[in-house]
Amino acid sequence: MATAAHQPLARRIFTPTMIVLAALVAVAAYFVATRFMYGLGAVTNLNQGYPWGMWVVVDIVIGTAFGCGGFAMALLVYIFNRNQYHRLMRPALLGGLFGYTLAGVAVMIDLGRYWQFYNLLLPWYAQPSSVMFEVALCVLAYVIVLWIEFSPAFLERFGLYKVRDFLRRFMFLFIALGVLLPTMHQSSLGSLLLVMGSQLSPLWYTTWLPLMFLVTALAMGYAVVMFEATVVSNTFNLPSEQPILAKLSIMVGWMMAGFLLFRFAELALRGDLVHAFAGDLNALMFWIETALFLLPVAIFLTPGGRESQRLMFLGAVALLVAGSLYRLDAYLVAYTPVQNYTYFPSVPELMVTVGVVALEILLYLLFVKTLPVLHAHEPARTPKAR
Amino acid sequence: MALNRRDFLKCAALGGAAAGTAASTEAAAAFIRPPKEMPPKAVGMLYDSTLCIGCRACVDACKEANDMPVEMPVHLSDWNEGTWDSPEDLSGRTLNVIKAYRHGTMEAKDRETDGYAFVKRHCLHCVDPSCVSVCPVSAMRKDPETGIVTHDPDACIGCRYCVYGCPFGVPQYDLDNPFGKIAKCQFCTHLQEKGQTPACCDVCPTGASLFGLVDDLKEETERRFAMQPGTLYQFPRGNLSEDRPRHEAPVPKYIPAVYGPNEAGGTQVHYLSAVAFEKLGLPKLPKRSFAQVSEGIQHTLYKNLIAPALLLAGLAFFAWRNARKRDQDEA
Ligand code: SF4
Ligand code: SF4
Ligand code: SF4
Repeated sequence: MATAAHQPLARRIFTPTMIVLAALVAVAAYFVATRFMYGLGAVTNLNQGYPWGMWVVVDIVIGTAFGCGGFAMALLVYIFNRNQYHRLMRPALLGGLFGYTLAGVAVMIDLGRYWQFYNLLLPWYAQPSSVMFEVALCVLAYVIVLWIEFSPAFLERFGLYKVRDFLRRFMFLFIALGVLLPTMHQSSLGSLLLVMGSQLSPLWYTTWLPLMFLVTALAMGYAVVMFEATVVSNTFNLPSEQPILAKLSIMVGWMMAGFLLFRFAELALRGDLVHAFAGDLNALMFWIETALFLLPVAIFLTPGGRESQRLMFLGAVALLVAGSLYRLDAYLVAYTPVQNYTYFPSVPELMVTVGVVALEILLYLLFVKTLPVLHAHEPARTPKAR
Repeated sequence: MALNRRDFLKCAALGGAAAGTAASTEAAAAFIRPPKEMPPKAVGMLYDSTLCIGCRACVDACKEANDMPVEMPVHLSDWNEGTWDSPEDLSGRTLNVIKAYRHGTMEAKDRETDGYAFVKRHCLHCVDPSCVSVCPVSAMRKDPETGIVTHDPDACIGCRYCVYGCPFGVPQYDLDNPFGKIAKCQFCTHLQEKGQTPACCDVCPTGASLFGLVDDLKEETERRFAMQPGTLYQFPRGNLSEDRPRHEAPVPKYIPAVYGPNEAGGTQVHYLSAVAFEKLGLPKLPKRSFAQVSEGIQHTLYKNLIAPALLLAGLAFFAWRNARKRDQDEA
């Protein structure tokens, strides 16, 4: 019965969009090759004060949050048993699959001694007190889990229904891991900053960093699902998922209202809210973040807002930008190096990041067109090649 | 039903926020792990900025003793063809550097206004080092006896978390090398093993960099603080446990504090100065190490993996139950 629940989109694969994306990937590949031949300094603007730049913060810290759609939806569908959202599950997983797999690729580009990467797996080198150790292992494990969670799409594509049904019996275990592992490493992306202490602005530094990062990861996960569902149904002329997304947005709205309340209350309690009025770059970024977080709350929690497809889409985009900015700020803006160094990414450095994102979109499009990912619909109203 | 669920979500979001804030900072303090103790045979260095004449003999000796390449900043390349090592700060190629504080007319040494002063930068061999705490592959290790913090490039994966996390900005990755390494002062372990003095202390002509046991260096500091400024003192040179010819100079007017013992859990390299430490670029840090906070929270969350295991069991149960329900509904 469930065999026809998902189906590939019967669309042309080589479209102008795909070619532009491929070109961006090629440019990035050139700079990645340069990095491997001449070192990180030849491509990036990293310096003695800023060992981490765009590649770590955007490709990995923000990139994996964009990949949290699968995690966020799994929590809702499989753990809280909200079956009505099940149709959004597979595309969300696919986004997660690429978000995480490519973050893994970005790690290999960024690591200064990548050829010793496997040391992470050797017990005599392991250092369990290191948050980085935990993040690395959890992300690695989660990438594997994501591929397993997504594998029914491949198995259906190639008619291996027996294997799929066998796997299905154990799927609950992988689903549980698929919620546990991101809970661990997304919160740990916040814990990574705990050791920074006074090097971070008190507007971001709190002992609650793990919680803040976990909540923003979930929020970005839901936002990415809303974003993707809206874009896909509009681009490919599929029936809108609006009613179900509007429902989802209520929950996200309350979650973010709680987040903002917590953030302000906690800052006020520890007496650091004054830094929000310091009139410096940190304060400015703090208020931009706050405004961007408030916008989706306002939209999602008013009936008129969430029922309008445009407004809800705007809310989802604002939430994605807010969550990304929160991470970028926490890792780079809020941070003051010991000596006087400044950092702004170089163009080649940015092109690599752009290339990674382009590759993500490209693979996503390729997969939805060739594999049963999207929820099966009645034939589209007016077929149009895109 | 729908209303109930919505109310539940509302309450969960707002209640969680309220409860969380109420339990805020003080509760978090309970997570902090106890401080680390100074190792029994801790070796250390006393750097006295007032004695330093900025000759950079130590920078040169350090390069030679540790086989580090010559460094030539691009903006100096007009007059420097690459033979004269002229590092401006710690980098992937420089483990030790002398920097200057300069103000106004720079008339007098060791004066904050219209004066100048020198400072030496390298690893402080923290008692509770952030670099050791953050390294995922134990490439940074602290010797349990001597307290020396070493780096093993064969273990290192180059994640640069130690560079980001060191509160003194010490470890550096060589960005200009496709096979770059982390560079960091390892207290000339290879010389100490042979019973020799670390190169920078060995060559220092004035005793500004002085090597010894942390306890002995503490006594030396107290002797200097006890003297009247202006009285002549025989400053020991090189290695406190050797009897080298001393350097005679008047005792300066120190600011009455030592930089190191009370910074981020304490360090084994200590600084004396006549100008404020912050002017020298030594960061102002709390007494507690940051590793105490981060490890404390991490260990609380992951103690013996009990919490993750329980969470996994719960998640698996719900996933299993809901999957079964779904199958029944479909059947
Ligand atoms: S100064 Fe930095 S590199 Fe040296 S031991 Fe302390 S944390 Fe590690
Ligand atoms: S760069 Fe190397 S030494 Fe530093 S934390 Fe990473 S693995 Fe450890
Ligand atoms: S102890 Fe050795 S490695 Fe460290 S700064 Fe001195 S000479 Fe350089």
